[in-house]
Amino acid sequence: MLRFAVTRFISLALSLLVASVVIFAVIEVIPGDPASYMLGMNASPEAVEALRERLGLNDSLPLRYVDWITGMLAGDFGQSYTYKVPVADLVAQRLWVSLPLAAYALILSTLIAIPIGLVAAAKRGSMTDYSIMGVTQLGIALPNFWFAMLLVLVFSVSLRWFAAGGFPGWDAGLWPGLKALTLPAVALALPQASILARVMRSALIDTLGQDYIRTARAKGLTRRQATVRHALRNALIPVLTIIGLQFSFLLAGAIIIENVFYLPGLGRLIFQGITQRDLIVVESLVMLLVFAVILVTFLVDIAYAAVDPRLRKR
Amino acid sequence: MVLSQDGAGGRHMTKLFTSAAAMALLAGAAFAQQDTITVGMQLEPPNLDPTGGAAAAIDEVTYANIFEGLTRFGPDGSIQPALASEWEVSEDGTVYTFTLRDGVVFHDGTTMDAEDVVFSLNRARAEDSTNAQKALFAGITDVEAVDPLTVKVTLAEPNGNFPFNMAWGDAVIVAEETIEQAATTPIGTGPFVFTEWVQGDHVTISRFDNYWGDPAALSTATFKFISDANAAFAAMMAGDVDVFPVFPAPELVSQFESDPRFEVIVGSTEGETILAMNNAQAPLDNVKVREAISHAINRQDIIDGAMFGFGTPIGTHFAPHNPDYVDLTGMSNYDPDAAKALLAEAGAEDLTLRMMLPPPTYARRGGEIIAAQLREVGIETEITNLEWAQWLEQVFKGKDFDLTIVSHTEPADINIYARPDYYFQYDNADFQTLIDNLGVESDPAKRTEMNKQAQTIIAEDFVNGYLFQLAKVGVANAKIEGLWENAPTQAIDLTDVRWTE
Repeated sequence: MLRFAVTRFISLALSLLVASVVIFAVIEVIPGDPASYMLGMNASPEAVEALRERLGLNDSLPLRYVDWITGMLAGDFGQSYTYKVPVADLVAQRLWVSLPLAAYALILSTLIAIPIGLVAAAKRGSMTDYSIMGVTQLGIALPNFWFAMLLVLVFSVSLRWFAAGGFPGWDAGLWPGLKALTLPAVALALPQASILARVMRSALIDTLGQDYIRTARAKGLTRRQATVRHALRNALIPVLTIIGLQFSFLLAGAIIIENVFYLPGLGRLIFQGITQRDLIVVESLVMLLVFAVILVTFLVDIAYAAVDPRLRKR
Repeated sequence: MVLSQDGAGGRHMTKLFTSAAAMALLAGAAFAQQDTITVGMQLEPPNLDPTGGAAAAIDEVTYANIFEGLTRFGPDGSIQPALASEWEVSEDGTVYTFTLRDGVVFHDGTTMDAEDVVFSLNRARAEDSTNAQKALFAGITDVEAVDPLTVKVTLAEPNGNFPFNMAWGDAVIVAEETIEQAATTPIGTGPFVFTEWVQGDHVTISRFDNYWGDPAALSTATFKFISDANAAFAAMMAGDVDVFPVFPAPELVSQFESDPRFEVIVGSTEGETILAMNNAQAPLDNVKVREAISHAINRQDIIDGAMFGFGTPIGTHFAPHNPDYVDLTGMSNYDPDAAKALLAEAGAEDLTLRMMLPPPTYARRGGEIIAAQLREVGIETEITNLEWAQWLEQVFKGKDFDLTIVSHTEPADINIYARPDYYFQYDNADFQTLIDNLGVESDPAKRTEMNKQAQTIIAEDFVNGYLFQLAKVGVANAKIEGLWENAPTQAIDLTDVRWTE
């Protein structure tokens, strides 16, 4: 088990190293100079040059790469060119929006999906099953930004139950914060819940057909008991995998929803960083997200191995 | 929508009850007027130091609210006294003596005096200055504090524009002790103090009680950043935002016009929107080809199609609301037949030109319309959409383009045509001499004459296709007054803004 963890860890470190080189190279290759973007069309060339010097953009590429990497290893993500504040602070601020939003959406989607999937599988072939399948199909097909705009029109513009967007900050209290994240979380959760419900259904149907379920029934368990005690637990494995994937997707992939609700999240930070050529913000943030995804994968691998001894030999 | 009607009805009922209860409670007490405002902006300022960046959003938040200069732009574009109550020009026009107001303090409580002015101007013109408009300070040879309330600025040569230059957001007066943190915590002398910036969401400013002038009517103002046009629309409709001084989607404005809760404020900006041409490169180095393109363009179609009718046609690089403006649109009127004839004469048929478009709507939508209009006269275009950073690199710096569309938003910027290395590369010695002379002329009548002459020269040379003056379309709650109608500079001046009830 330990050897397995160590080899996995080495591969994690290598992936990060490769990712850092790729990220740095790609972002530095994009045309566009942060200094001329900041100073605009009327700037004199000397002023742009002075700013490039001040930002350290005139150093050689390898030198800047090494600076960046060693800084990150020491926990220093550099300073944003445009905002003039440490990248770590920016990211921390945004994480306090993105992380709760992702968690909120994931909880909503799981709470909706698991019971629905369970019902659909249990009543396989019935009208209930067909209608659930139809609705979830629609949920996957609906673009979430469109659904989000619909939510705004109904709940903000007409009913005025929620603000049309924005985030007051957690300083304003837990409830105002959660309230501001509710519509975005619902918009994000709908497609995720639809996918999850379908995965849940098929996984459960799969396990219900296994021999051990027949054995369980044969030893006298009712259909319901067999489903809950034996089938459900086994069916949860693929569901957990999907939930893991969805979490990393929700963390970074909410750019459009963040725009619709003008939330100050990580997605918008990356987006702004790219348009403003705030290279250091983009590089560090993408690196951080890569790290998060790789870490989640690593933890999932370890968890599988802990659960299923067969996997440790690989 | 039945659902919303029910909901709204219910809400009115509760509102009626609560307001009745409130009235009862407040009976006898003075009626409190609303004195806070939420202002919507499409772009967030990257930082809050107007002396260190060109982003319009920086000036929109800070200009006249947080920071002030020696002089300032009035709502009509006129130059008014600000921190300097008056100034004198020496006989030869090279020495400006500014008299500062007494009792001006920075938001940190320290006094603003002549030393701060000396520091601010010297910092802006220094060797390693990163001021985006360094040219405003180029002629200064010396800045001297005569006494705490008098500053003497010596120029290398007379410059009638100097008080105008000092009104820009890039020329505001800052304090040496606090300027390093201005990017995140700006400290100026204006009627509002910076309070809070939640990056990505909002900036809050509040009334400064020790302001030297009339105190602001608003106690706090929040600038909220909403980049998506539909979200901006929803935020206005839901009442989350009280005013959007530059509303990002002209196509949605008609819905506000028909709603009595809102007022639509249409004004002018300093943005000459042009179809810029690469004058140094064949075939656009041929004036006949440029003339042909100018005649192939139907300005009204572009204004209607790209801007939903907002915008004033221009025939040269000058703002129509400026008293010195000459209407030269007739010189490049829409005449496709003339365009074809000119192209034949120039031997430039079957042209294919590359058009590089930056992100704003006027460019992207306008570009498609112009491409169609050019096709009518036999010119094909290859459109490339670029981000701003790419546009600056490739078009503005690299001069690698044939055509591009951009709005030049700096006020009185016809002098860019005197810079042969400027991206459209117009090189005319007579024009350059004219602008040099204009720079040192201080007689208003002669300046007017020269301005008109300059406008005519560039129109006769068909340097660029002159399309329209960018309009400023704002939406506000109808109960707000005191907002600027026009945008002589990129500012959201809240000094005189108040609620009427």
